[in-house]
Amino acid sequence: MGREVIMELERELRTFVVDNFLFGQADETFSNADSFLEKGLIDSMGILTLVEFVTDKYSIVVEDEEMVPENWDSVQRIASFVQKKTSANPGTSTMCFALESQSNRQ
Amino acid sequence: MNTTIDFSRDVLLLAPDAAVRELSHSIRQTVLRNLRRWGAVVGLSGGVDSSVTAALCVQALGKERVLGVFMPEEDSSEDSLRLGRRLAEWLGIATVVENIAPALRELGCYERRDAAIRKVIPDYGPGWKSKIVLPDLLAASYYSLYSIVAQSPDGKACKARLTPEAYLGVVAATNFKQRTRKMVEYYHADRLWYAVAGTPNRLEHAQGFFVKNGDGSADFKPIAHLYKTQVYQLGRHLGVPEEILRRPPTTDTYSLEQSQEEFFFSIPLETLDLCLYGKNHGVSVAEVAQATALTAEQVQRIYTNIESKIASTRYLHMPPQLMGPVEEVEVLGSH
Repeated sequence: MGREVIMELERELRTFVVDNFLFGQADETFSNADSFLEKGLIDSMGILTLVEFVTDKYSIVVEDEEMVPENWDSVQRIASFVQKKTSANPGTSTMCFALESQSNRQ
Repeated sequence: MNTTIDFSRDVLLLAPDAAVRELSHSIRQTVLRNLRRWGAVVGLSGGVDSSVTAALCVQALGKERVLGVFMPEEDSSEDSLRLGRRLAEWLGIATVVENIAPALRELGCYERRDAAIRKVIPDYGPGWKSKIVLPDLLAASYYSLYSIVAQSPDGKACKARLTPEAYLGVVAATNFKQRTRKMVEYYHADRLWYAVAGTPNRLEHAQGFFVKNGDGSADFKPIAHLYKTQVYQLGRHLGVPEEILRRPPTTDTYSLEQSQEEFFFSIPLETLDLCLYGKNHGVSVAEVAQATALTAEQVQRIYTNIESKIASTRYLHMPPQLMGPVEEVEVLGSH
């Protein structure tokens, strides 16, 4: 995928961030490279919302270990992450297993 | 600003005699003089926080002026009622059992919660158990995304990431529990002309681990300024039964056993105590790392996580926001 694809991803992600976390008030000082953490832009509910948007729109599954600032702390970083994910195995969302270490309430 | 103190676990050590004396005085002043009530109502969960709160109220007001309320529901551990009763017998206080399960059923608490869980685990239904969990904060620099762990009646377990809609649905339904309990506590406070004692410790109060107008609501909060390890120190000094002191802190809110660490704090509470203390007192990440046997990177991650929790739960501490001044109403004694 080329630069055009990344630019389109950034455009879509930026629109979502501006609509949902800046309430449509796109500030010229907000750039696609800005850290969400440093700007205090997105809290825990914001991240949850952003992850749902990305997983639904781009049909990818995000593992816990991928939930790091390197992948999620700016529009640019998310776009880059999505580009990598869409060209790789999307993963699985629900995991079933034997509850060996989980005891029932007494 | 960094301090030059010799930072170790000892910084959290209290002088228990003096602490109990000062707290007793403050509780007496607050309840009898400021709030002008005749005693205190304490919801008893069988955990260390409510036990120490009740014991302090007895020290301050006398056992005749303290009412313990047990409020079990469908997902409560049997230990909660058993240990709560043991505490009340030891203190010699009057108690009342209020089973809140029928009220919660009528409110749709369980049905609404299960419907929210079915958004991510479609098979979830009667006989299943569940709990909400967070990733391990120390393992990696993860954003905290909640997952639900569910267990079917035949023992099969599933773990699924919660969508925003499912997460909010589960939390909103579950919050009926804390709010119903508080409503019951205030019923007894009103009929006795007592004040309601809140039981959060500092980790919970500072980081917003409470339900607004639920367990976050109270007339006074005797241990909200104390770190969790300090609550244990007071518990030992006051003679709280050992079984209560040894009980792992639990939310006692979900049907699968769930520690507070899994649900909210992500790290052992004694470690979090030291990190919060260090952060509050400007202690460097390196010093806290040495005292906690963590890496500097892990401590930095915890500092960031604390900041994030304080910022994102600020709303919980905010009183109703007025759109204009009402000068004739004076707010008394708020910290």
